[in-house]
Amino acid sequence: MLTLRFILKNLSRHKLRNCLTVVGIAVSVLSFGLLRTTVDAWHAGVEASSATRLVTRNSISLIFSLPVSYEERIRGVEGVEIVSRGNWFGGEYIDEKNFFPNFAVDARTYLELYPELLLPDDQKAAFLRDRKGCIIGAKLAARFGWKIGDPVTLKGTIFPGNWGLTVRGVYAGRDKGTDETMLLFHWDYLNETLRKTSPRRADQAGFYIIGITSADAAASTALAIDARFQNSLAETLTETEKAFQMSFVAMSGAIVAAIRIVSLLVIVIIMAVAANTMAMSARERMGEFAALKALGFGGGYLARLILGESLAIAAIGCALGCGLTFPAAAAFGQAVSQYFPVFQVSALTVGLQGASALVVGLVAGIVPALRAQSIGIAEALRRIG
Amino acid sequence: MSAPVGQQGSGSGSPAIDIRAVSKSYVRGQQTVPVLKDVSFHISPGEFVALMGPSGSGKSTLLNLIAGIDHVDAGTILVGDTDITTLNESALARWRSRSIGFIFQFYNLIPVLTALENVELPLLLTPLSARERREHATAALALVGLADRMDHRPSELSGGQQQRTAIARAIVTDPDILVADEPTGDLDRVSAGEILDLMAGLNKSLGKTIVMVTHDPRAAERAHLVRSLEKGLLIDSDPADQKDHADPALHP
Repeated sequence: MLTLRFILKNLSRHKLRNCLTVVGIAVSVLSFGLLRTTVDAWHAGVEASSATRLVTRNSISLIFSLPVSYEERIRGVEGVEIVSRGNWFGGEYIDEKNFFPNFAVDARTYLELYPELLLPDDQKAAFLRDRKGCIIGAKLAARFGWKIGDPVTLKGTIFPGNWGLTVRGVYAGRDKGTDETMLLFHWDYLNETLRKTSPRRADQAGFYIIGITSADAAASTALAIDARFQNSLAETLTETEKAFQMSFVAMSGAIVAAIRIVSLLVIVIIMAVAANTMAMSARERMGEFAALKALGFGGGYLARLILGESLAIAAIGCALGCGLTFPAAAAFGQAVSQYFPVFQVSALTVGLQGASALVVGLVAGIVPALRAQSIGIAEALRRIG
Repeated sequence: MSAPVGQQGSGSGSPAIDIRAVSKSYVRGQQTVPVLKDVSFHISPGEFVALMGPSGSGKSTLLNLIAGIDHVDAGTILVGDTDITTLNESALARWRSRSIGFIFQFYNLIPVLTALENVELPLLLTPLSARERREHATAALALVGLADRMDHRPSELSGGQQQRTAIARAIVTDPDILVADEPTGDLDRVSAGEILDLMAGLNKSLGKTIVMVTHDPRAAERAHLVRSLEKGLLIDSDPADQKDHADPALHP
């Protein structure tokens, strides 16, 4: 207890210096947490992917579509349980800055494939009944204040024109990683309109979502689907939903890598700052350490004192930083919700924040601890005199 | 297990200190500076010895060697049956914690701890419980007249009170030997007198062997024996004559 009191009381020696170091560690832990959460948010789609869902798209590029006739042929492949189709609609609400993801989907099969979109039965029935109906995620509803029955007009960018929709349901995410910022409407509405306005673009699906019987069969089923359309006018590329989502993340791989490097650099920088604080603190106390050694305390005790102090500073900074991460992430997530539908601090991030603070505390204290251990008593006492 | 401070017996249990042909030199840059040259003398149990001499004469170095915080280049130092020059660092540290009480010129108290905590600190090296440690520390502070200053930090104490706290810390583990390096060097005359009275009292009532380095002739007068060094050599070869300087009233 006395040793613990001793360590804690040592923190009061240079209040300003220690406070600034604690603030520095807190800010770095906070930055680390936010940067990691940003990387997590980038991967949110990947994390939310199901192992039993495949995505089939045109093998040339996502820009190119696939004939709607493929749906039946895909359904005939062994291991395929259910098939849905969809198009990235890319519509804007009033202004392009009001971005949110919107898709035209085959509603019945899509909702069956995505049980994580929780929609009350009556809303689901209303949505399925209304060909101009749409469902929206809870976050999107909150963002624009939309309620059931509200009309929403999207300005088509890929499919020109004004597309009038009516909100028929608000879904909630079953899992933390479920995107609650999407708008889904009927693919039939899109297709019927295209038949009238741009017949050449009708009867085309941007992608197929395929539910398979077993995750183990994903590779063979994907190969079987692609084999079925080999040498056709529109060859397919089928991959797991995770791989499909990863291909988007990979496009911004350099940015993600840069964020990861910056988050590590933040920790390295604060490590240097904390090490400097501990080195100064220990250097000022060499006489004290010499006196303690003269009294019979071994180098191990001095090392415990210094490392204890260093870890205490790091722990306080870590607690402060972790505590601030949640409100900061909430505020930041709100500000960037159109880009990152899921922006939540994970338990792993908090764990890594703690681990990084622990490493900072240990590294900062280790050199002063070694110096104190090897201090010559007589020499250090002479210096005081 | 040490007895609570203030309840010990006379100094008959204290070991004799035998310094035999001790030499020590320091390396300064490329030069080797001899500090002690073949120094030998004997300190009897319960004796109060003052080491005097000009700056650089080697008296503090000799004190450090006796206290086991520095190493001889040659010679032996026997404390009782223990040749401390043969002990390794950890054994020496254990020996110091049991046998030596340190009184420094600048007190070397821990500024963030209270007087009581400072005195309690060396007892962490003993198997005493927290309650026993507190009792011993309280008794030691009471012995040096600081019963009413236990919860004060060093910065809230006068120089004399800080040195008393340091003395309480030195005696709390009931060591046989007290080493004091200029214990009054940083004090005014009145406080210095009080500290010397206290040390003489500890020597007399508790039988502590005291080895004190001092420049102050008045401080040296309290010792039974004054040994003088000059340029690393003992210059008073007949210690028996020195007994005349001692205050008979303080001699155990």
